[in-house]
Amino acid sequence: MSARAAARLEGLGFRRVYRYTGGKADWFAAGLPREGREAGTPRAGDLARRDIPACLPDEGVGQAWERAQAAGWSACAVVDRERVVLGLLRARALTRSDPSVRVEDVMHPAPRTYRAGASLDGPVRYMRERGLDAVLITTPDGVLIGMLRRADAEPYVRETDAGGA
Amino acid sequence: MEEVRRDGVQRLVQEGTQLVEVLPAREYQEEHLPGAANLPLSELTRETAARLDPARPVIVYCHDAL
Repeated sequence: MSARAAARLEGLGFRRVYRYTGGKADWFAAGLPREGREAGTPRAGDLARRDIPACLPDEGVGQAWERAQAAGWSACAVVDRERVVLGLLRARALTRSDPSVRVEDVMHPAPRTYRAGASLDGPVRYMRERGLDAVLITTPDGVLIGMLRRADAEPYVRETDAGGA
Repeated sequence: MEEVRRDGVQRLVQEGTQLVEVLPAREYQEEHLPGAANLPLSELTRETAARLDPARPVIVYCHDAL
């Protein structure tokens, strides 16, 4: 639709017309500001806690655990140097692994992530079904935004929307 | 017409480029990008386009690439 609109504007004499191919879906998924009647309804990125600690895959688990503890978390996102999510260290791996073990050897390599623009019912349903307390939130490019806690999201979700009773 | 990505949109808007959502008004009213005007494609005529400044660049967007 935007391609046709851009062509139409050019036909009307506008000389510099750009087309944002990602559109609203891309903008919202990146957790960027929104305006409008529904802009106050929180999405996953709005409630994601940005203080989730992060570590590199070649760090030692001991370092990651110290960082997580200092930040008050029992999990640590594993990211590359561009902060693209590579995995997740959950409490069990953090506390039960030899501190010298490399993060990449004990991390969960494929944690479920949600985009910042996701409505809350999907993540809440996923966490309930798997007994999880939190999920990672990223941009469409996989860059870490934060961690969405189930306790933060549940108050905003109707039971019927999240597959509850 | 030139295609831009998210970072390009942010830069161009800061430089004064006009941002236009071409989806129907109902979708625009629900949520849109900050500062965007609404010119639905179905209503895009010479008269409605006159709301825009022809001397400044324009970015158009809809929901996604489709």
